[in-house]
Amino acid sequence: MTDIPAAFLTALRLIVTLDPQLAGIVGRSLYVSLSAVVIAGAIGLPLGAAIAVYRFPGRRAAIVLLNGLMALPAVFIGLTVYLLVSRAGPLGFLGILFTPAAMILAQCLLITPIIAALSHQVLRALYESYREQLCSLGARPRQIVWTLLWDARFGLTTVVMAGFGRAVAEVGAAIIVGGNIDRVTRVMTTTIALETSKGNLSLALALGVVLVLVAVGVNALAALLSGATAPRG
Amino acid sequence: MSILPLMLDGVSLRRDGRVLIDDVSLTIAAGPKTVILGPNGAGKSLLLRLCHGLIGPSAGRVRWSGPEAGSARRRQAMVFQKPVMLRRSVRANIAYGLRLHGHAAAVRAARIDRVLARTGLAALAERPAAVLSGGEQQRLALARAWALEPDVLFLDEPTANLDPGATGAVEAIVAEMHGGGAKIVMTTHDLAQARRLADEVVFLQRGRVAEHAPAADFFAAPASEAAAAFLAGRLFW
Amino acid sequence: MRRYLITAAITVAVALTTAASAGDRYITLASTTSTENSGLFAHLLPRFEAASGIAVRVVAVGTGQAIRLAGNGDADVLLVHHRPSEEAFVAAGLGVGRRDVMYNDFVLVGPAADPAGIRGLTDAAGALTRIAAAAAPFASRGDDSGTHKAELALWDAAGVDQRAASGTWYRELGTGMGATLNTAAAMNAYTLADRGTWTSFANKGDLVLLLAGDPVLFNPYGVVLVNPARHPHVKAADGQAFIDWLTGPAGQAAIAAFQRDGQALFFPNAGTLATQ
Repeated sequence: MTDIPAAFLTALRLIVTLDPQLAGIVGRSLYVSLSAVVIAGAIGLPLGAAIAVYRFPGRRAAIVLLNGLMALPAVFIGLTVYLLVSRAGPLGFLGILFTPAAMILAQCLLITPIIAALSHQVLRALYESYREQLCSLGARPRQIVWTLLWDARFGLTTVVMAGFGRAVAEVGAAIIVGGNIDRVTRVMTTTIALETSKGNLSLALALGVVLVLVAVGVNALAALLSGATAPRG
Repeated sequence: MSILPLMLDGVSLRRDGRVLIDDVSLTIAAGPKTVILGPNGAGKSLLLRLCHGLIGPSAGRVRWSGPEAGSARRRQAMVFQKPVMLRRSVRANIAYGLRLHGHAAAVRAARIDRVLARTGLAALAERPAAVLSGGEQQRLALARAWALEPDVLFLDEPTANLDPGATGAVEAIVAEMHGGGAKIVMTTHDLAQARRLADEVVFLQRGRVAEHAPAADFFAAPASEAAAAFLAGRLFW
Repeated sequence: MRRYLITAAITVAVALTTAASAGDRYITLASTTSTENSGLFAHLLPRFEAASGIAVRVVAVGTGQAIRLAGNGDADVLLVHHRPSEEAFVAAGLGVGRRDVMYNDFVLVGPAADPAGIRGLTDAAGALTRIAAAAAPFASRGDDSGTHKAELALWDAAGVDQRAASGTWYRELGTGMGATLNTAAAMNAYTLADRGTWTSFANKGDLVLLLAGDPVLFNPYGVVLVNPARHPHVKAADGQAFIDWLTGPAGQAAIAAFQRDGQALFFPNAGTLATQ
């Protein structure tokens, strides 16, 4: 197997030379997946907190459902979004099929349950310890939701990064709703799939290495940013 | 003008078929420091939570019947055995409660500075609350309650986890709040603490009020067999 | 909370639509992996864009899926290689004005050791009969692509019920051409490939070309404009401009000029080259 060392060398060369085509693909991957994670976070985090705080009929069922939705296959989401935004589908008038917007939408649907379910896990324990004190201070459920989100922000960074990881690494939805169009919707994972199908295994592997490095970089940045505002002492 | 007195009328609490608070009728009036005393498991903490409204009774009624009863919710505060610290600075912990009560920024700043000074926490104002010692955290919990300027302060075994020095500091703050006009209702299983603090005693035995008497009378001549046993250090059940 | 979620949803919808509307003049072309993976589009499309100012966005999938995409109105032009399907597409009113573009051919590839002994044969159906008789591993696309449909027609011609052997020596992969070649290389199986993908494929392993040239392996490509009467948003003028260029002298010459390893992979046959 000479492919693996060759892949690392290729990866190194691609990065060191700042290959412009690769830079475009990496940029597109980041644009799509970071957009998806921002939107999914804006929906999933309050949703997870709300499920931890509010008591309503069917709450247990909602939690089970949410945990189950974490297992949704990306291709299933891709197909669903395709049927929605296809010209023949109910959202066809938007004309977003085969654009980054469709990929963002699909990745949002993919990771919102993950962010909601994991943040519910994180916040449930915190809520248990805060509940009596916050009620005593007269906090309403709404205010409790925001308090939990703020106080758990460091734990929730990891939750959001888990969502980002899933989004940036998925290929099934990106290829169906994006179409892997060169310079438009070609992202890291669809490029890896394409190069594999051309038999360029070491290039495909090299791109995989680059993808991991990019993901590590994003996580390091998130850790730095949250570290800068973390309480010290 | 106060939300007091607080009337409990035939209050019971049942959980999983067990009776934890059993038909308690009690009037807690403005003025004296009330200590709810009793052995572990008597239901002191539950009774305090029923009074504060954190839990609802299975039967009976908890009612504030003073002239200001309409705003009872925001005119009481509670300090817990294990202080709950929000993951932010000491100052922000106090500000949080004030903000919930809708106080303007200027009012918040003035009150925060005042209670920080009175609880001896001024030097720690910008520290994260999570890194304070147990005693400092409990003083912060008191400061947070104090800033709200409540008519009634409930304290649930506030010194159970503290060393004598920290206990003394907490008791001094409680006394000062009482001196400022706040009604104190506190649970303890520590007989010595009850002797130091109580103006009146509610003695709880297995979910029932065995005795409700001025402290001097209670400690001199307990009327109930359970209280007599407790004061004498005998086990009774 | 509810108001927050509604606001968030509206923001998302607006952001998505604005993100989608950004962009310049382009058409969407539904086509096959064989044309994309061989590098043909990378050769042709910049020339067309330079000539017309129209960018072409290629969605490269199997022929079956490409036809379905186009039928839903999700592409402006369809370029595939299965003539009966193309004609059915037009007959159903989904497309207009099918034209021949080019052809290449399918090749039978397999392990150099050739356990079924098909090297030197000229008759593709006969070769398949021998593979079946030897129960030698055969990797099928199994994905309803043009290549898959051509392969099924060959089995029919050979009179072999290969489906009965599915899971034993006959392996239906359900993948694209490249992935099928990767798998065939890994398990030393025979497979049917289009010449373009095969020639430019970089991971051949032990596989070699064993049979080519049988007229039944002829693989014609056709181009169709998605019917604008059926799907009003179809960019009919720009799409037709692409079809006209592709089947006109400039496009046909560009197809003929495309080579990999000194070998032409596609042969223009729109009938206009001769007039040049």
